[in-house]
Amino acid sequence: MSHDHRAIRAEALESLLIERGWLTADAVDEVIATYNERVGPMNGARVVARAWVDADFKQRLLADGTAAIAELGFGGEQTEKLVVVENTEQIHNVVVCTLCSCYPWAVLGLPPRWYKDPAYRSRVVREPRRVLTEMGVKLPPATRIRVWDSSAEVRYMVLPRRPAGTDGLGEAELAARVTRDSMIGVEVL
Amino acid sequence: MDGIHDMGGRHGFGAVAREADEPAFHERWEARVFAAMRAAFAHRVIRNADQFRHAIERIDPAAYLTHGYYGRWLGGVETLLREAGVVDESSIRARVAQLGGDPEAPAAARPDPRAAAVSYDPAAPGSRRDVPDAPRFRSGARVRTASFPVPGHTRLPAYARNRTGTVTACHGAWVLPDSNAHGRGERPQHLYTVEFAGEALWGEHAEPGVTVSLDLFESYLQEAPHEP
Repeated sequence: MSHDHRAIRAEALESLLIERGWLTADAVDEVIATYNERVGPMNGARVVARAWVDADFKQRLLADGTAAIAELGFGGEQTEKLVVVENTEQIHNVVVCTLCSCYPWAVLGLPPRWYKDPAYRSRVVREPRRVLTEMGVKLPPATRIRVWDSSAEVRYMVLPRRPAGTDGLGEAELAARVTRDSMIGVEVL
Repeated sequence: MDGIHDMGGRHGFGAVAREADEPAFHERWEARVFAAMRAAFAHRVIRNADQFRHAIERIDPAAYLTHGYYGRWLGGVETLLREAGVVDESSIRARVAQLGGDPEAPAAARPDPRAAAVSYDPAAPGSRRDVPDAPRFRSGARVRTASFPVPGHTRLPAYARNRTGTVTACHGAWVLPDSNAHGRGERPQHLYTVEFAGEALWGEHAEPGVTVSLDLFESYLQEAPHEP
């Protein structure tokens, strides 16, 4: 099936649903705007930066992720229960959903393509160290790796380690340093 | 079901292909599928996420591997819309032809005329529920996962079947996907995070210093036999 065929079939379905009154013609633009502008990894980056500068917030975040992100106005989609797992010198966390593509939308937006593709879903539970190395994460052999396979409605986000040399930075500058991949656990900042 | 979607541990898929500055949607049709999913939810064709996930598991397995994420969603949404009688294949094909496409091109959707409709609405918002029973396991308990595949929707991946791990968190009771996906009721159960040593899952091929944690429902678990 060609790439085009999926596009045309989706358009056909959309037009049938518009005729039925179930969709409006601007619904698609609304979806695109939501996930480009409002719901994306910039939200998670704010959560991480806050945790780096505010030890009390970090404690609340690790104890109850859903309640803590609500303090910043985030919640809803795919975060009924958010568990935030902290990377340390001894432990590196990485998140996957092997059965589908569960992901904490409210803080990270929609998952990237590689997260949903077979290579990552099949391999990261079996050989996470090798996958991480291939993705550019070099961990000391003594660092333990915890893989979180999101198999129910609990959603996971990684709290990355704060990079060295950022002592003077404010919260907004720190947030700009936080990447989506670091909050999935496939990048070290 | 032991479908193509259950990918954990499978070999042969190669390197992870990352893309710089990836947009939320690569093409407009992907957002069209997203909007169609939302509409199907709003109009109660999709009653719950478990039903939708299972519809995606039921699409053509070759399409599952080749149509990409939103191609799979398209197959899932279309499957449920067709099973509900909201659209039919001939009207989709006619519209595809009008739009200049090939109406004979194979689709990912595989509607099942025997699929049970989910005819109830969620008992409450979200998936967390209260149940009268106390959790059977506590943090630190050693548990053994179920041994055999089940034909319908489940959230115990094949790679974690018949394995022993340790409960590390109890999350209260949640709607049971195995039942909810099939319209057999919410049947909430206690949910646990269970941590498995890499060696318990992959034996001598495990990487050192690795654990894998999954969130598993109580009915997937038994008390582990005593270890020497």
